[in-house]
Amino acid sequence: MNNTLNNTDLVKKSLRKRYFKERLFRSLGLVSIATAIIFLLILLADITSKALPAFSQTQLELTVELDRDRLGLSAQPDEAELMAADFRLVIRDALLAQFPEVTSRRDKRELYTLTSMGAEFQLRDMVIDDLSLLGQTITVPFMADDDVDAVIKGSIDRTLPESDRRVKDQKLAWIETLEASGQIDTAFNWHFFSSGDSREPEMAGIKGAILGSFYTLLVTLALSFPIAVAAAIYLEEFAPKNRFIDFIEININNLAAVPSIVFGLLGLAVFINFFTLPRSAPLVGGIVLSLMTLPTIIIASRSAIKAVPPSLREAALGLGASKMQTVFHHVLPAALPGILTGTIIGMAQALGETAPLLMIGMVAFIVDIPQSVADPATVLPIQVFLWADSPERGFLEKTSAAIMVLLFFLVAMNAIAIYLRKKFEKKW
Amino acid sequence: MKTLKKITLVAGLVAASQIQAAGRDYISVVGSSTVYPFSTVVAERFGKSTSFKTPKIESTGTGGGMKLFCKGNGVDTPDITNASRRIKESELTMCHDNGVDGVVEVLIGYDGIVVANEISSHDFKLSRKDLFLALAKEVPTEKDGELVPNPYTMWNEVNAELPAVKIEVLGPPPTSGTRDAFVELAMEGGCKKFPWIKATKDSDKSQYKTICHSIREDGAYVEAGENDNLIIQKLQKNPDALGIFGFSFLDQNADLVKGSLVDGAAPEFETIASGEYPVSRPLYFYVKKAHVAEIPGMKEFLAEFTSEKAMGEEGYLTDKGLIPLGGELYNKVKTDTMELNNLEL
Repeated sequence: MNNTLNNTDLVKKSLRKRYFKERLFRSLGLVSIATAIIFLLILLADITSKALPAFSQTQLELTVELDRDRLGLSAQPDEAELMAADFRLVIRDALLAQFPEVTSRRDKRELYTLTSMGAEFQLRDMVIDDLSLLGQTITVPFMADDDVDAVIKGSIDRTLPESDRRVKDQKLAWIETLEASGQIDTAFNWHFFSSGDSREPEMAGIKGAILGSFYTLLVTLALSFPIAVAAAIYLEEFAPKNRFIDFIEININNLAAVPSIVFGLLGLAVFINFFTLPRSAPLVGGIVLSLMTLPTIIIASRSAIKAVPPSLREAALGLGASKMQTVFHHVLPAALPGILTGTIIGMAQALGETAPLLMIGMVAFIVDIPQSVADPATVLPIQVFLWADSPERGFLEKTSAAIMVLLFFLVAMNAIAIYLRKKFEKKW
Repeated sequence: MKTLKKITLVAGLVAASQIQAAGRDYISVVGSSTVYPFSTVVAERFGKSTSFKTPKIESTGTGGGMKLFCKGNGVDTPDITNASRRIKESELTMCHDNGVDGVVEVLIGYDGIVVANEISSHDFKLSRKDLFLALAKEVPTEKDGELVPNPYTMWNEVNAELPAVKIEVLGPPPTSGTRDAFVELAMEGGCKKFPWIKATKDSDKSQYKTICHSIREDGAYVEAGENDNLIIQKLQKNPDALGIFGFSFLDQNADLVKGSLVDGAAPEFETIASGEYPVSRPLYFYVKKAHVAEIPGMKEFLAEFTSEKAMGEEGYLTDKGLIPLGGELYNKVKTDTMELNNLEL
């Protein structure tokens, strides 16, 4: 009697303390989640705010006279002749016509830097597409130089004293004149998504890196998916239980923890030096990355196969299916959502990987868009790295924009993984 | 099941159909990260203005580039390697041993290494001797032949005319070519000002190198990684610190940082070109002669690189911060390149 009362008292006494501990634990959990979210938001806000200017492009409208004589072209020029023609001349004429007061050699040189180096190629491509333009006078929105772009976007402060400013007073005056006459406007930067790398920030695009990543992942998927699924099926369904198989299992798990740069060294030694596959090609990159993603997919596939209830196998076997039929007709379809989720997560990992690709020559300046897995290419994260390392200030915004594109693909891939899991998941 | 088969089949087929026989129709360039910004500009213009493919340019570092370049004559080896120093005799021997006999040297211009700080901060008028005393691991005392671990913590202790600011220098790590060049040109240049150290160069070369080339490791010199943009960002946050990087980064960020005077010369285009600014180095690239006939566009690429509009005194490479060669030297380099004259050390 006395004893029971004492116990109740004890419980009541400690109750307050226990509740307090629970509340404390809950609030600590909330705080940690809030911290994580705040950091994520800061990161995203920082990248987005830096990247936004990269999606618009300053254009300079000039009226150029496409005179055959000035361009040194014959009456019916073929493509080779047009390729060799100097279209800078007519653009320079247009700028000089706008600012006739510029006469000294030095000032002229400065004036010509208002348009991008790409302007002449822009004009050339227009003429190659439509020969009837020759002999006409047309108004073209030319790509502006990165300095002009920076002034218009406000990343160069016009109010700073001249000595502290990258764009000097003279050039700033020209820009303001053009602005006042409505010849400068900004447009969505399609160029960023439709062209390869460039050393001029205003001309640099991400398409080469996106396609490079695509081809690399294609090779990775083609190699790692069948091998990993086959390995997982064998280990789960067919392998005898002995020490050798245990040893293999442990090693697959260990392989998942090997730093990725090691795979790069392996790729350099085996695939490039021994098999003499081309350097910088998505083919080698894909093979190296598939080595890296194999353990991830094997481990995910094995747990997906393990999660299929044994009753399903027993029913199939009981109805006279062979072991092989049981696996391929019943177990694998049921495990597929889990396997696909694992694969996509492995692919997303491979998409963000740079270290192994450093070793096999994918850190390279490549302008041409890759057309196949054997063409030289670079990938998205390496493009971020290369732009972050460039001296021109205009690349700062391009770097952030490339990070956004990379994040977009990562989020999209993870979303697909979640969708597949939700759609095909079965409750047992 | 069907989905699974389809995924495998499609991915496999697409990948397999794309693998083509080797053989290269583009120029492959490797080498120094300092020459990379110039090489890429030429490559891009070359690709855009001719019908040839744009050359592929890898940034592997000077030493790494030489190794790849000298591996052999096959098309799987690079055609051109960039270098931020001259090729070493040992490297040329390695080339010859592997059958790479014809190597053409092209001197493209100069690059200055600057010591800079935040634009509104103190003006530094340094000498190479100041840099050596501030950054060496061990410094000589007043007595000849005696060395003590670097005791200096403030710039005005090194030289009374310098501002009373803590010594804090952000610079590249030992793997960088910029660091090699800085040590050789600035540190060794200052080190040689001590007659007894200069004398050890002949008597004990390894000791001379240890004294002149060792940078202090007590925190006054901060290794800031290979990324020069990062150094510039850090300088803005810390106005008392100095940073070491290539001239092109100073040129592009002249509104954020300013270069210190070294031995009375400001790091400017003209002073580096004339050799008045002491911390500058030559930039080269090396061409494999055997590939000139084999790879399409090689001859045209060399012509574009050495043309007046690229490498000349007002060429587009100067807009990217390259310090051009003077008239006569330029003409010699141009003819040597176009005639593919073999390099003799």
